[in-house]
Amino acid sequence: MIDTRFIGAALPEFSADVEAGRLRFFAKAIGQDDAVYVDEAAARAAGFDGIPVPPTFLFCLEMEAPNPAALREMLNIDIGRVLHGEQQFIYHAPAYVGDRLTFSPKVADIYAKKGGALEFVVRETRVTNQRGEQVAELRCVTVVRNG
Amino acid sequence: MTVINYDSLNVGDRLPVLTTRPISRLDLALYCGASGDHNPIHVDIDFAKGAGMPDVFAHGMLSMAFLGRLVTNWVPQHQLREYGVRFVAITHVGDEITCEGEVVEKFEQDGEQRLKLALTTKNQHDDIKLKGEAVIGFPG
Repeated sequence: MIDTRFIGAALPEFSADVEAGRLRFFAKAIGQDDAVYVDEAAARAAGFDGIPVPPTFLFCLEMEAPNPAALREMLNIDIGRVLHGEQQFIYHAPAYVGDRLTFSPKVADIYAKKGGALEFVVRETRVTNQRGEQVAELRCVTVVRNG
Repeated sequence: MTVINYDSLNVGDRLPVLTTRPISRLDLALYCGASGDHNPIHVDIDFAKGAGMPDVFAHGMLSMAFLGRLVTNWVPQHQLREYGVRFVAITHVGDEITCEGEVVEKFEQDGEQRLKLALTTKNQHDDIKLKGEAVIGFPG
């Protein structure tokens, strides 16, 4: 069983740069053909202040942590046993190419279902930009398959 | 993009459907690299089998990105206030994903008019894979 004493534990804060090349690659990978997500002129013509970070890409930037496995290592979870259960984003301010975003993750909850056959880890992450403005809150529920 | 007018929308209105081509192993490799999610279970069949899965399978977040395209094809992203999903079932290689959205609520919050959308992805057999919600804001 995952040790519930880790509920409330903070993971190391880190920063990640939003790069145009990464967003182009991401647009290709998800079949995004809206020019707003790859072309600055198109983005500005559509009323954005730059190329916007697409809605789910904050989750990808969260993988830029110096040790992306920090949470699994802290909780002693095997990567082959994890499934993504839920993901939520609350958006407070837009983020654009050129921004430097800071991620502050913490363990919000740990619980079990089906007599421990499934365990759930809830990570909540606050994202701020280089001006200290809150950009978003992320909530990720990981499911661990036991047995 | 057609401008979406809050007053002309009603609960029950549906967004234009978005359907993907069948998900290939190349799609999973590209998403692995582009997303930074390098979990081998999505791209390395030996690893997936070792973990008790019959094959590699799609990242849930790839489908969440498809569903995000459905929403931002409909309203500009700066009107997106909240977006969340539950990954109900595994999306497999070869699945052709249909993204659907429907207006389920009109309300006011934080000084603006808002819509709540119910969102789903289904495969070609109509099996639901993701269920989610998005909140869209219409600043006055």
